[in-house]
Amino acid sequence: MGILTFENWLQSAPEWIHSIPEWLQNLFFQLYQTFIYQDRWKFFTDGLKITFIVTIGALILGIIIGLIIAIIRTTHDNSKRKPFFLLRFLNWFSNVYLTVIRGTPMMVQLLIMGFVIMVPKSDSGMIVCGIVTLGINSGAYVAEIARSGIMSINIGQTEAGRSLGLSYAQTMWHIIIPQAIKNILPALGNEMITLLKDTSLVSVIALRDVTKQAQNIVSKTYQAYIPYISLALIYLVIVIILTKLLGMLERRLRKSER
Amino acid sequence: MNADSSIIRVNDLKKSFGDIQVLKGINTEIKRGEVVVVIGPSGSGKSTFLRTLNLLEEPTDGTITFEDVDITNPKTNINLHRQKMGMVFQQFNLFPHMTVLNNMTLAPIKLLKLSKQDAEARALELLDKVGLRDRADAYPSQLSGGQKQRVAIVRALAMNPDVMLFDEPTSALDPEMVGEVLDVMKGLAKDGMTMVVVTHEMGFAKEVADRVIFIDEGIIMEDAPPAEFFGNPKNERLKTFLSKVL
Repeated sequence: MGILTFENWLQSAPEWIHSIPEWLQNLFFQLYQTFIYQDRWKFFTDGLKITFIVTIGALILGIIIGLIIAIIRTTHDNSKRKPFFLLRFLNWFSNVYLTVIRGTPMMVQLLIMGFVIMVPKSDSGMIVCGIVTLGINSGAYVAEIARSGIMSINIGQTEAGRSLGLSYAQTMWHIIIPQAIKNILPALGNEMITLLKDTSLVSVIALRDVTKQAQNIVSKTYQAYIPYISLALIYLVIVIILTKLLGMLERRLRKSER
Repeated sequence: MNADSSIIRVNDLKKSFGDIQVLKGINTEIKRGEVVVVIGPSGSGKSTFLRTLNLLEEPTDGTITFEDVDITNPKTNINLHRQKMGMVFQQFNLFPHMTVLNNMTLAPIKLLKLSKQDAEARALELLDKVGLRDRADAYPSQLSGGQKQRVAIVRALAMNPDVMLFDEPTSALDPEMVGEVLDVMKGLAKDGMTMVVVTHEMGFAKEVADRVIFIDEGIIMEDAPPAEFFGNPKNERLKTFLSKVL
């Protein structure tokens, strides 16, 4: 078939194409070479897989890190006596972590992780690197969200738990955290959406996410219009779906507060 | 464990918040099966006193002995002893994300290692006693104030405590709901539960208490059986207080 050009595409195109205006023919041609020619839609679906894996992995890691940091900081701040050494050290470490992560750009963190610290060689290594970097980054923001969530729970809840004989950890786990999570769910949802969009940066460590794949298509077709507009629409649709799902989940969780 | 033995001994208890000394040396003893009502003007330290008994407030000085163990000793595992001291709060403090039944079974399952079935059977039995068996699957927000407080009481009872501490249990209730909560507490007293009750309900004190304690300015000003306490108060401040509230 040789090189795909507008002219030889038009020759092989169905009859009705010839009867529409030229700008529309051009649009169809661009859509054809972005999605259909050589099964290029697979670029997008393959890229989306990476995007989703990195987003979900980083979100889980971020929530775990964030909750741990939030618990350390609230436990430290709430202790009535002088906290013991380990707790003071962990609190100090948490503060350093928050300062460094929130004080440097995500792109720079990716470059350092990808080319200085982890230096992944394999595809799966790069995915892990992406998840770890984004997870550590997200954890810093989740930590502050979670801390405000924990602090929003009335002190009476802690007192009720402790007066039953539950330990501090048991009270946190069974009573405070479940209520805090419910309170911070909207903020966590926003964090997930931010994270999804931030995954577009992982292309700098050569991860082939959906953004990188769109760039790959542009480098083949020399047409930026359709690939990038499509890319934006893909993100937009996913974000809209996520927003709706979060709204549903939130309403379900609120049921206990009727 | 004869009926006269003391269950809680408080020795020279002091508590300061920053520069403000709220408790200035409290000495008293609670006997097994006794119902002690604590009254006093607001800001007198009566709630703080109650909350130090299970160390929700850590005393600045002095000792509290519960069942012959000095619980103010930092080496004591307070969680173990709190299991034996039920507490009921003014604001109920039910866990809003759990059903009534789960509110009641959480601690017994986690701490007494009861099976889910046993814990639930016991919870339902207790709910039955306070007339709320049919609300077992409700969430706290679906209950009235009086119902919430009755659930809070049986939640504490589900741990099988040796003493029950009540921190103004009826103060946050609408007047028509006070009676149903007091009735539950009266029933408890009749069953021989050891109770320490901070309250403004003078009627309850007169009717149910074995002893009434008047706390003001961080010390016990009067400590007497209700007949004497209300009939022939000795302390001047108590006389003034009673003339205002009765």
